[in-house]
Amino acid sequence: MEHVLTYMTFIPVAGMIVVLLLPAASHNLIRWVSAAFTVPPLLMACWLFVNFDPANPGFQFVEKAPWIPAYNIQYFVGVDGLSISMVLLTALLCFLCIFASWGIDRGVKGYFALFLLLDAGMMGVFVALDFFLFFIFWEVMLLPMYFLIGIWGGPRREYAAIKFFLYTLLGSGLMLLAILALYFTSEPHTFDMTVLMAQANRYGTQVLPLWPFNELRWGFQHVVWMALFVGFAIKIPAFPFHTWLPDAHVEAPTAISVILAGILLKMGTYGILRTNYPMLPAATADLAFWCLGALGAWNIIYGALCAMAQKDLKKLVAYSSVSHMGYVMLGMATFTTQGINGAVLQMFNHGTITGMLFLLVGVIYDRAHHREIEGFGGLAAVMPVYTGVTALAFFASMGLPGLSGFISEVLVLLGAWQKYPVLAIIAASGVILTAGYLLWTIQRVWLGPTNEKYRALPEINGREMFTLVPLGAIVVLVGVYPSVVLDLLRASLDQINQIVIPHL
Amino acid sequence: MDLNNFQSLAFFWPEILLTGAVLLIVVIDLVAAEKRFLASVALLGCAGALIAAIDLYGAPQGWLFHRMIVLDRFSLFFKVVSLVAASATIWMSMGSDEIRRVPQGEYYTLLLTCTLGMFFMASASNLLTAYLSLELVSLASYVLTGFLPHNRRSSEAALKYLIYGGVASGVMIYGMSWIFGIAGSLDYAAIQQALASKADLNRTALYIAFVFILAGFGYKIVFVPFHMWSPDVYQGAPTPFTAFLSVASNAAGIAILIRFFFPVLSRPIASGEWAFISGVEWPHVLLFASMVTMTLGNLCALNQSNLKRMLAYSGIAHAGYMLMGLAILNNEGLRAILFYIAVYLIMNLGAFLVVAMMANATGSEEIGSYRGLAWRGAVVPAACLTVFLFSLTGLPPFAGFIGKFFLFAAVLREGGAFVILAVVGILNSVVSLYYYAKIVKVMFLEEPDPSDPAIAVAANGLSLLIPLAVLTVVLGVYFSPLAQYAGGSLNFFVR
Repeated sequence: MEHVLTYMTFIPVAGMIVVLLLPAASHNLIRWVSAAFTVPPLLMACWLFVNFDPANPGFQFVEKAPWIPAYNIQYFVGVDGLSISMVLLTALLCFLCIFASWGIDRGVKGYFALFLLLDAGMMGVFVALDFFLFFIFWEVMLLPMYFLIGIWGGPRREYAAIKFFLYTLLGSGLMLLAILALYFTSEPHTFDMTVLMAQANRYGTQVLPLWPFNELRWGFQHVVWMALFVGFAIKIPAFPFHTWLPDAHVEAPTAISVILAGILLKMGTYGILRTNYPMLPAATADLAFWCLGALGAWNIIYGALCAMAQKDLKKLVAYSSVSHMGYVMLGMATFTTQGINGAVLQMFNHGTITGMLFLLVGVIYDRAHHREIEGFGGLAAVMPVYTGVTALAFFASMGLPGLSGFISEVLVLLGAWQKYPVLAIIAASGVILTAGYLLWTIQRVWLGPTNEKYRALPEINGREMFTLVPLGAIVVLVGVYPSVVLDLLRASLDQINQIVIPHL
Repeated sequence: MDLNNFQSLAFFWPEILLTGAVLLIVVIDLVAAEKRFLASVALLGCAGALIAAIDLYGAPQGWLFHRMIVLDRFSLFFKVVSLVAASATIWMSMGSDEIRRVPQGEYYTLLLTCTLGMFFMASASNLLTAYLSLELVSLASYVLTGFLPHNRRSSEAALKYLIYGGVASGVMIYGMSWIFGIAGSLDYAAIQQALASKADLNRTALYIAFVFILAGFGYKIVFVPFHMWSPDVYQGAPTPFTAFLSVASNAAGIAILIRFFFPVLSRPIASGEWAFISGVEWPHVLLFASMVTMTLGNLCALNQSNLKRMLAYSGIAHAGYMLMGLAILNNEGLRAILFYIAVYLIMNLGAFLVVAMMANATGSEEIGSYRGLAWRGAVVPAACLTVFLFSLTGLPPFAGFIGKFFLFAAVLREGGAFVILAVVGILNSVVSLYYYAKIVKVMFLEEPDPSDPAIAVAANGLSLLIPLAVLTVVLGVYFSPLAQYAGGSLNFFVR
């Protein structure tokens, strides 16, 4: 298993090629072949999980080969505690989402081919340790996403797809400039992330006497930081760059919503932790409070309030993502062990929980062909099993103790309380709002008198349960025994944290 | 090396072969009843010239014909580019319904003459040859633009082109006469020496002269405000020739511009650095022109309903990107431009090839007629066009990204005010995605009407289209050889 990360990244590409060669009419064959090509990455992810050494904060399973020597560009992949959690999540969700896509019956071949390409792009982003490679994967993932939303999405799919595309491209354009700026200031010029991290202290910061904040530090480092940050913030999505998200979510087919919320949003926060923190620590120390802490708290409250106002079930879940990603930002900004561990754990947990939520919304949409919250009522009597799973997912999202969401939110709040008590109070009140909109939704959709129109809705089927059960199990497992994930993260995150702390 | 007329002929094979092909076509056209072979003769002429040009890579660099033209790697690069573009255009013409209706002999004669003019544009080392070569290309272009019989749009385009071209060349030769007045010579090296050594130079006069000359070159490269002709001409001209115009003419314009502005109006100081002469700060003019050109081109492209017209405006935007590399006045930027030209050649030829194929099949170049193309039996051209369009936007993993990457890298490395240029470039890329993706959207995301005809894809087109698309992807991932070639071609014969 010397090249395990390369296999995980490129097996889906091989799958794409195979799918493209299959006859277009044999839908089931295409589905099963696609599923087959997501199994090896999942198995390898399990192998990684077992063989990963949590005590080692550095990069493991590293592969390095020159790619374009003239510009010092390498094929360089590896995982540390931060990326391994995302790699596990990606492998799992991609496998499950193939089954959640089973109902796609138009352009089946194209859908699954693009899906596999998307899988490869996402995996590549999380394992790349060369900034150039990282950027290529980051962009590669855009193209399939555009088509997946744009061809197989809902009624306003074209608008949603192009909006998503334009927003992300703007972000990645700024990111490219920042990457080039880092390349030209490093000596020798390199895209190697580990070298850029090692040279983090070479960038000076000038002090600008800016009224009314005298002693504002602002320099090269800060400009680059902001360029990277905007690129990542669009993906998170942080207010005010979040407006593409509800559109994209509502229009995307179920499986793509799961991928979008479960994995793509994490790339934003992952990118900040992977690049901004260790490569530009002084700027991180200066800007984290406003750009991550305060903005994160605002995201929590704003997202929750927006979610509360939604009439569409999927839009509600989308805005709840905006809110929950706020915890990640806030946790990162605290520079405490609890906060930053909580943030990354929240990334993982949000991936599983929101995955469940979108799958559940998809289940009901497949049956009723609409998602209006007010249009349902009393579904618990019609679909008891479905309601049970939904309750689990909603309670986990709400942060009920014993389920995974609770652990990460508490860790974030613990960290925030030590550093910024005011933000902690604001964020904690977000928990109440979250409980408010989720319980209210449960009441409107699942409880109360049964809507006669939907008395005959069929119960959740075996395939749908198959996609939900693993996620549910993880939610419970991490809820009662969070060390499963936390142990993986701790050493690497401590190391990243230690780079920034001296600059505070 | 400074050779006289007879000695020079040994290093003049590409031009000789091309001229021979032109003459041969004229003769065959006169005597033969079957005109089908004319295209093959033209293609063979291009192939022969290409081999001769590649063979010259081993030759020493220097002046030919009493310092009228120069032989160096830089000129060879542009000769290769023109020949590749010409060959692809001929191949495209062979499958084009538009071209089948025009007189074949004249068409290929003019096309090769145009290519020949581009050879001289790339290697002129005297204002006289520069002017003559530009006119040779222009005159052939005017005729080819208006080549479609009974097509009013084509005639109108040719007339517009002629008038704009005439004014631009008049302004340019006026500027050249000022240079002659200031420097006392038409020879590039002599001008450079005169400008560098004269202390009491009239800067205003020099400034006026170079702005006038810029007008002449700028009109060939289509940068704002000399771009007005391009959308009409692109739309009106026969599609294969539009493709040729968009890549080869543009490249030749860049070549003549670089050779005039770098070795003549500036001097090399250190490795990779240049300094402008005597206070004429032309890079700032180019910086401004670059920003305006890319922004205006992109904004105008947003609302076009005709694909050829849209590609014309996007071509203006791309000229703006290439100007970025000129404005920073260093070798890094020039190298990036050469790479970009090579990449642009591939992706733009591909895009126009799809336009030509679809025009054959549906008789329309309107974006609306591409509705649901992928579902109407043309999934391969649609997929290839998607690759070209995303590459033009500058998305990885396509070659266009690497081209833009080098340009932005060069600009950013220069730092200072040029960072703004890079940011403007990035914003422009985002704008450009909108209109490129619009076409992709029409082809893939929209459902075809039952009334839309199914499309039969011609094998002739595919035989060129698929290699171009594959190249676009391959060069996006493995571009070292091309980058090295472009870098190695940045070798002026400066003395």
